[in-house]
Amino acid sequence: MIRTEELLLNVGPQHPSTHGVFRIVVKLDGEVITEATPVMGYLHRGTEKIAESLNFTQIIPYTDRMDYVSAMTNNYVLVHAVETMMGLEVPLRAEFLRLIVMELQRVASHLVWWGTYLLDIGAMSPFLYAFRDRETIINLFNELCGARLTYNYMRVGGVKWDAPPGWIDKVREFIPYMEKKLQEYDKLVTGNEIFLARIKGVGRYDAATAIDYGLSGANLRCTGVRWDLRKDEPYSLYDRFEFDVPVGSSGDCYDRYRVRLEEIRQSLRILRQAVEQFPQDGETMGKVPRVIRPPAGETYVRIESPRGEIGCHIVSKGKAEPYRLKFRRPSFVNLQILPKLLVGETMTNLITILGGIDIVVGEVDA
Amino acid sequence: MGAWLDEPLSWGNALVLFLWAAVFLLIVLGFVTYAIYYERKVIGWMQLRVGPNRVGPLGLLQTVADIFKLLIKEDTIPRKADRLLFILAPALAFIPSFAVLAVIPYSEKLYFADLNVGLLYYAALSGITTLAIVLGGWASNNKYALLGGMRSAAQMISYEVPLVISIVGVILLSGSLNLKDIVTAQDGGWFWHWNLFPQIIGFVVFFIAAVSELNRTPFDLPEAESELIAGYHVEYSGFRFAFFMLAEYVYVYAIAALTTVLFLGGWHAPAPFLDFVPGIIWFLLKFAFVVFSLFWIRATFPRVRIDQLMSLGWKVLLPVAIANVFLTALWLELFVK
Repeated sequence: MIRTEELLLNVGPQHPSTHGVFRIVVKLDGEVITEATPVMGYLHRGTEKIAESLNFTQIIPYTDRMDYVSAMTNNYVLVHAVETMMGLEVPLRAEFLRLIVMELQRVASHLVWWGTYLLDIGAMSPFLYAFRDRETIINLFNELCGARLTYNYMRVGGVKWDAPPGWIDKVREFIPYMEKKLQEYDKLVTGNEIFLARIKGVGRYDAATAIDYGLSGANLRCTGVRWDLRKDEPYSLYDRFEFDVPVGSSGDCYDRYRVRLEEIRQSLRILRQAVEQFPQDGETMGKVPRVIRPPAGETYVRIESPRGEIGCHIVSKGKAEPYRLKFRRPSFVNLQILPKLLVGETMTNLITILGGIDIVVGEVDA
Repeated sequence: MGAWLDEPLSWGNALVLFLWAAVFLLIVLGFVTYAIYYERKVIGWMQLRVGPNRVGPLGLLQTVADIFKLLIKEDTIPRKADRLLFILAPALAFIPSFAVLAVIPYSEKLYFADLNVGLLYYAALSGITTLAIVLGGWASNNKYALLGGMRSAAQMISYEVPLVISIVGVILLSGSLNLKDIVTAQDGGWFWHWNLFPQIIGFVVFFIAAVSELNRTPFDLPEAESELIAGYHVEYSGFRFAFFMLAEYVYVYAIAALTTVLFLGGWHAPAPFLDFVPGIIWFLLKFAFVVFSLFWIRATFPRVRIDQLMSLGWKVLLPVAIANVFLTALWLELFVK
């Protein structure tokens, strides 16, 4: 008998497939993982603590930097929480603009996921195709608010900038373009035998486990639980539009992949209706006091970000700064299931499963 | 050229042989330089990029600049590495890759060694490179490198076997292990006389196994960038690293040439009326097409998993290759004799 021993391997913090500075300490028996311990916190900036000494308008740029792949939804959850506390009315045009950018952001975020996931699996070209199409959205955002990634676009009571002339038409043109590209994606990747063999049946869990771990977003819906806050607790204007909530059935990486691609289609469907109903003119800022002081009390609001349920809990003492601000970050919560999924898998599946969860380390560590 | 090999060994002959080898090495290095350029351009084109276009006209000197950069880089050897093996591995990877080229005939006149066991020579020598990869992975004293090296060993065992068996059909058809005779046996004027068509099963198995032998996508597991970072050569830098890459590209050359010789009729024209074009041109065209296919595959496919690779090799390719040998033998026995 040859003497063998377990191999302790540090995956990350500098590793091309951990999507940022994230580290997993794995014990390997050959190539099979016997134990996995995620180590996080390399990107911790203390956002929530910093927020306690800032007023609400000043906090918005910090939310951009949490989930930097989906900054618009982060903006929204903060301003939505403050508006709920203060009972502010948001003008219709501003709310439409918010909804359009949030759905565009969902498409952009899923495109980043799609491209990097394929890169994790070992195919390089899809990454560049996804980034080409995401670039169109980024350019639209750039025209709207002058930034490509950290937008700082929304304000309590409205949005900072109105859409420039012709912007809505560009969004309208983007929808059929993206639908065509999605068909291309399906042709290139979704039917690929190697790809299917890599992700089918990998990282499987059932609905009960997903709920126990508090998973949300595509990670929950892949198990067949039809739960989408846009549908179940409509915020913004989502109750005005028709769309479906795609779900999977087996809860493996393939279902997560399918759910996310289908969500892009549904987002385009929402966008198509939103662009049609977009009000011709109107205000983009509501009536907001000069200094925003939410009344004393607590509020928790939650919305559906591309990664799942992002929540914002504000405790206010009636001052311009929050007494305590807490974000429920979906990447952080979704990540907790990782050690359970990894035991018994190979090194290769580690990357497949981690990529399938779709984390953004800025949000995990906040 | 081959004639020199038959003459008694004297100082003069040895010198001539040495010079020929040096010239050939330069040709191969030139190929590698422009194969990398070709690959980057082809993949850039497929991936909506421009590819190299800054160094020299049309970026033609990009690879030269890259090689120069590697040459002047600091050569690091990890303190805890096995020094001797660490230094030995890149050379051991490169030498067999160059040595296998000796038996490949480019046209009726242009070849180096007219070896009667050419195919066996090729298969035997090309296996040594894997040894170098395992050695490099082990000597680096790095866990990722070790995993890469071990994967490579497993991959070689699973793919060398179907690769060799898939070409038995060709050997049966032409009745020779000599690569030059194999090309001659495919001479019929038309392209359907090439081994590609009667040996289509063998060709498919051969090509899959060959891509795997090359450690290229979708079988680039030993260096799997997204899992093992760079696999076996993660600790190598400068020119030692360049030697691993060089070996990889020389094998691209070798496999493309071997595919052309075994299955695509070598230097023969696809139709009799095209005979006026010199054979070497046909060889180069087919050769370039095979190289292009390798790049094309790399730009299209994701990577397979190690266990899937094993089961594909042992459970699919090997039985198919053996069935191909059986069918070929049966066909020869029943209809040809």
